[in-house]
Amino acid sequence: MLFKTASSPHITQKNSIQALMFKVLLAMIPGTIAMIIFFGWGVLINIIIASVVALLAETLMLWIRKRPIKPYITDGSALLTACLLALALPQLAPWWLTVIGTLFAIVVAKHLYGGLGFNPFNPAMVGYVVVIISFPREMTQWVPPLLDTYTQLNFTETLSIIFGGDLPLTYTWDAITMATPLDTVKTQLGLELSIKEIEHHTIYGPMFGSVGGFGWEWVNGLFLATGLYLALKGIIDWRIPAGLIAALLILSNTFALYDYASFTPPSFHLFSGGIMLAAFFIATDPVTAATTTKGRWLYGAGIGIFIFIIRTWGAYPDGIAFAVILMNMAAPLLDYYTMPRAFGHSWTEFPHHHKVDDDE
Amino acid sequence: MTRSSQQLWHFHGGLKLDSNKAMSTRTPIIKASLPERLVLPVQQHIGEAGQLLVKVGDKVLKGQAVTESSEYISAPVHAPTSGTVVEIGEFPTPHPSGLNTLCIVIESDGEDEWIELKPTLYPNTKSPSELRQLIRQAGIVGLGGAAFPTSVKVNPGPKAHIETLIINGVECEPYISCDDMLMREYAEELISGCSIIQYIVSATHCLIAIEDNKPEAIQAIKTVIKEKALHTIEVVCIPTLYPTGGEKQLIKVLTHKEVPSDGFPSDIGLLVQNVGTAVAVHKAIVLGEPLISRIVTITGNGVQQPQNIEVLIGTLISELIKQSGGYHEDASKLIMGGPMMGFTLQTDHLPVIKGSNCILVENTQAEAPATMPCIRCSACATVCPAQLLPQQLYWMASSKKFDLIQDYHLFDCIECGCCAQVCPSQIPLVQYYRFAKTEIWNQERDKIKSDHARVRHDFRQARLDKEKKERAEKLRKKKELLEKKKMAETAAKKEDTETEIDPKKSAIEAAMKRVQKKKEAKLASDENVNEK
Amino acid sequence: MSILVAIITLTVISTIFGVLLGYTSVKFHVEGDPIVDKIDALLPQTQCGQCTYPGCRPYAEAITSGEAGINQCPPGGEATMLALSDLLGIEPVALDEEHADEPQKTVVYIDEQICIGCTLCIQACPVDAILGAAKQMHTIIENECTGCDLCIPPCPVDCIHIKTVKPEQDTWRWSLPASTETAPKA
Repeated sequence: MLFKTASSPHITQKNSIQALMFKVLLAMIPGTIAMIIFFGWGVLINIIIASVVALLAETLMLWIRKRPIKPYITDGSALLTACLLALALPQLAPWWLTVIGTLFAIVVAKHLYGGLGFNPFNPAMVGYVVVIISFPREMTQWVPPLLDTYTQLNFTETLSIIFGGDLPLTYTWDAITMATPLDTVKTQLGLELSIKEIEHHTIYGPMFGSVGGFGWEWVNGLFLATGLYLALKGIIDWRIPAGLIAALLILSNTFALYDYASFTPPSFHLFSGGIMLAAFFIATDPVTAATTTKGRWLYGAGIGIFIFIIRTWGAYPDGIAFAVILMNMAAPLLDYYTMPRAFGHSWTEFPHHHKVDDDE
Repeated sequence: MTRSSQQLWHFHGGLKLDSNKAMSTRTPIIKASLPERLVLPVQQHIGEAGQLLVKVGDKVLKGQAVTESSEYISAPVHAPTSGTVVEIGEFPTPHPSGLNTLCIVIESDGEDEWIELKPTLYPNTKSPSELRQLIRQAGIVGLGGAAFPTSVKVNPGPKAHIETLIINGVECEPYISCDDMLMREYAEELISGCSIIQYIVSATHCLIAIEDNKPEAIQAIKTVIKEKALHTIEVVCIPTLYPTGGEKQLIKVLTHKEVPSDGFPSDIGLLVQNVGTAVAVHKAIVLGEPLISRIVTITGNGVQQPQNIEVLIGTLISELIKQSGGYHEDASKLIMGGPMMGFTLQTDHLPVIKGSNCILVENTQAEAPATMPCIRCSACATVCPAQLLPQQLYWMASSKKFDLIQDYHLFDCIECGCCAQVCPSQIPLVQYYRFAKTEIWNQERDKIKSDHARVRHDFRQARLDKEKKERAEKLRKKKELLEKKKMAETAAKKEDTETEIDPKKSAIEAAMKRVQKKKEAKLASDENVNEK
Repeated sequence: MSILVAIITLTVISTIFGVLLGYTSVKFHVEGDPIVDKIDALLPQTQCGQCTYPGCRPYAEAITSGEAGINQCPPGGEATMLALSDLLGIEPVALDEEHADEPQKTVVYIDEQICIGCTLCIQACPVDAILGAAKQMHTIIENECTGCDLCIPPCPVDCIHIKTVKPEQDTWRWSLPASTETAPKA
């Protein structure tokens, strides 16, 4: 009888991209539920719109590129991109905004660059940057987090706002949307208020909650918890979030110590906006991150530094997407300069004299 | 080196794998029944193949050398039993290529009659070089799988000073248990072999490294060491982690030293030998028996009775499977070696060779999952015991950048398979590296060949040029000679016309004058006659 | 006046550079054309002439002069083309369709029953790999044969045949795994 032949190793292994992606998706559920609770049905509606569009776009692009559809559509990567983008968008963003962002993420940022494994930039973040630059006004339609019951919209109201763009008769845009804490801090600091004054402001004060903004604390806390679990299980590399958080912590602490009136405290930095989502779920996208051990530390830290810079001095209230994309660009360079020493070799014979071709 | 404590170190990466060894260690080692036909590949080692010493029809005795070689890196092959050489020709042997190679086929006469053996009961009475010669004559090669001639390995050269002999009883690959069983049952022979090698290389210390999942083996060896009150041999129990059995990895674990990439363990005062090799050395020296058998693990879910068998080299795998109860119905893959580094065999009609440690029969029916693109997750780099960048190597191998890939130390890859084992995209990484390695070797061979051809072509060109020139020269000389002659003639003519000493002309003229005179004389006489 | 200064300055400068250039051209003079040697070193030296040039070195010279492409060497195949593209820093060019497959290594052998000993093949062999004399049977030194097949056309009795070099365990090569997705072609 003739036996099958193959190259070693011969142990069937259980790792797969699919398992990896779905574990990450599962880990996002608690934080997402918290977001739905605090920010209403818009979160869920955005996720559904983005997911459907992403899967359709993925199928179409695979078909156009003549790639096998089944293994790629079921690998979970398109779904993950969709979810990350949806969580980053404002809850009352019109449906077409989500559609455009998702399409751009999947079609341009992912498939035009060669599909899974070949995209240099995080697709979700590219999608986000495109919509925030193109539609700045729509991108401010954030719902205040469950502050007063009267501003809470029910499912059908949310649906009609997202798809129809019409407000229920009793509401005005000002009443149902509100700047995020990060945005508020930025605006109010610009108006010469001190951090303390902003935190105790009669209108804006309550939204700051006790740590990083009402509701945001919970969301970030849950993403942190599940993210830590993923890191512990080795599904994501812990060095990226560690570098990111450490950099943000050090920078914000230094500046807050230097001038606590004009710089927000580290706790606020870490627990407001999408920091934990970014640190554990966005920055850890392996395709676009640095690959070496040291490179990943630096990559995470770089994102943290850029986030702090953009938040503090930039034009946008939060800079996660820009920070991630900037560091995506630096990843090949980081990889090149942080190559480990091979076993039995000395540091001096590090392959310096050849440039790594990025187009490979 | 004195080891104050049993401090151990770590190498980078590695994997914890299910050992699956228990299935083949339930029963003691059995002796395979004497096969009727043995197929002996002439080359079973790294290095030069030997020259044949027998021809078809020759009778051979058990232990008689059938090949020999004058090359340094070589090992002879011996007849595993007495019988007749019935065929010498190309037969398939265990190799990933499935290609044939030159083999000697011996038909057993059933007598199993030994050649006269020359045991050396007291190895210390012989010099190290004499013992090395005996090891060489016994055809011993590394039995851990690499099959490098042992006589070469135990001769680290006059400059190297071996401090510590490391005996590798790690056996880190899953399923394989032949070394484990050997240590349990041949502990005394093993220690004897260790002492001999220690004596040959004059190592002050000997460490026997065994993974902590083999407590019986550790116990057996410790008992022997205690009985014999040996102070320079020590058993070191090391944590189970794949691939600690790799020579360089084991050295790192035991000594924290790294063997230089372009060097040998002897460069840092170490020598590593497999446990099976140590036992073979004992047999070769103390009993005088050449290497004609080895212990092979027959295991896996595709075989009825997993076990360890002591087998004559050259026995067909199909025989061993038969003696292990045959295949399960669902047997699907036949592997020589372990599941991490072994290679698949298409057929079981292949002989056991010196480097065959395990026959693994798998029953996995599932097709290999589809390969996905690399997502640069670096799980491979995390587990790589050679601290390489497997995914970079993969890109370079797939795009055939064979120069660049060597700068990224492709040839430090030990093909342990850890990277491919953890790859979520199921990329057969090791095959890419093997592809690149064999391509690079091939290019080197081609380069040598083309350089050689260039020399010959240039030589021929030079020869043709020289011939052409020589011909031209000859022609020129001939012409010159002719020219000279002609020149001389013309010159003479010229002179003659000028000074009237052309001999021919003068001769003719003289003749003409003579004729004239004669004519005149005749005329005159005629006139005289007429006057008269 | 100022124009005079300018003219003088320029003259001085050009003189200096002229001298410098002259000096360097003498000092760093390179004998021959090293790039031809480098290209020649990459060619398989079969001297088969399939590139339409009479031998490997002429082809190397033709590449250097820009007259020939880097994809004209069938025995070298893709590997040689890639090596040349690497050396010269030019884009790889696809091989002609008929040479797209990896070249198979071949050697020739003489059917010694038929050989009439005409020595025509000996004269054709670029690497002197054929042994024989007039009216004596000829034979091929297999190790020296480059597989250029140049000896086949001159043979008046068609006694030279091509055979592929049999793969051996030592020289056997692993194949590139077939995968659903590989790196995009460089």
